[in-house]
Amino acid sequence: MDSALNILSYLSQGLWTTVSIFLAATFFSFVMAFFAGLCRVVKNPLVRGVTTAYVEIFRGTSLIVQLFWLYYAVPMLFGINLGSNWWVGVIAIALNYGAYMSEVVRSSVLSVDEGQTEAAIALNLSRVQRMRHVILPQALRLMLPEFGNYMIQILKGTALVSLIGLTDILYYGDIYRSTNLDEGPLAYLMVLIMYFIIALPLIWLSKKGEKISKKGVAG
Amino acid sequence: MWSWETFIDAFPFVIEGINITLGLTVTSYLLALAAGFIWLVLESTPSRIINFFFHWIREFIRSTPPLVQIFFLYFAWPEVPYVGMTFTPFIAAMLALGIHFSTYISEVYRSGIESVDQGQWEASKALNLSTKDTWMRIVLPQALPPTIPMLGNYLIILFKEVPLAATIGVVGILSLARTYGSNTWAYLEPITIVAILFLLLSYPSALLIRWLEKKMNNRFEKKETKVKVSK
Repeated sequence: MDSALNILSYLSQGLWTTVSIFLAATFFSFVMAFFAGLCRVVKNPLVRGVTTAYVEIFRGTSLIVQLFWLYYAVPMLFGINLGSNWWVGVIAIALNYGAYMSEVVRSSVLSVDEGQTEAAIALNLSRVQRMRHVILPQALRLMLPEFGNYMIQILKGTALVSLIGLTDILYYGDIYRSTNLDEGPLAYLMVLIMYFIIALPLIWLSKKGEKISKKGVAG
Repeated sequence: MWSWETFIDAFPFVIEGINITLGLTVTSYLLALAAGFIWLVLESTPSRIINFFFHWIREFIRSTPPLVQIFFLYFAWPEVPYVGMTFTPFIAAMLALGIHFSTYISEVYRSGIESVDQGQWEASKALNLSTKDTWMRIVLPQALPPTIPMLGNYLIILFKEVPLAATIGVVGILSLARTYGSNTWAYLEPITIVAILFLLLSYPSALLIRWLEKKMNNRFEKKETKVKVSK
């Protein structure tokens, strides 16, 4: 028990890196999701084409490949520096899950009943007003459970940043194991438990979201 | 800067790993399909305490990073008292990914079984079918086919998680790309090749699954009386 607490306090050095990357990546994933999701339901074929390409490319390759690509390839290709490894991690996760979540936004927007659009047109609302005051408020509740699930995925994705040299929970777990080999199982178990504790509110959120999305609303 | 020479040079080197990458995908997927059933059984025993316990074990595995689970099995499992043993990188990755994804697969099975109408159970009971016959001949044949697109989706997602195994030295395409990079200091082309290979394999499969989903939806749609309103 003593060594478990020891390990926990050692691992907590990486807690802030994990949490800050999780929060920033979640924020930017939502921005990307709404931006790309809404771009895919506009009329302009060019805008739609470009965003579809973005979504399919990032959904079609894996997060770890994208992370390495941003980490190794982008500086070589464009000669730009993405700032710090922290930003590389945040951008890779945000682009990846933003692409997945934009599908949630798109399908929720499309699943709002046609009659709502027609009624809004009859009331002489503009396209933007229709989306903002009629469609989106109804679509949002449909998105909730999926968003909860994707936030858990984002949290799990943050573990990858230890591979590009960031000092997150997993990084400290690795260091601890390599210096105390026989305590390896306990070290990784504690790492898993720390992730699980962070995930608990997200699990609760996605279950709550499921209830909200099912409640009320005719049809 | 981008160089086609490096690209052409790196391609045969990187593609060597495709067998391992696909092999790991298939084996861990088969494991996930089988273990998915085990969760289902463990979570529907007569004892509520046991069900609750395994529900949270599954939730635990599901919401923690597969990368850590891979490290756990590869680096730490040999140190576990009594049951500990050394796995090869391939086996460790296969077990970790297989078990991780079985937690999702079991959810898919569950949703399939729950979508079978209550009346089917009642009818089986009325016909005095045994538990085995009820499951094997009535419930599962109706429950499983509609889940095929979802199961296919998880196969694609699993395929994209497989490069995580590169971190413990499974020599798939990503691992070879990094080796090539560290040998020649050219990372751009080999990693781009990996991305292209993933896209080439997963995108057509995703399209296939979407098509399948549409067909299934048409076939298994609850027959509702549709009132056509003439315009």
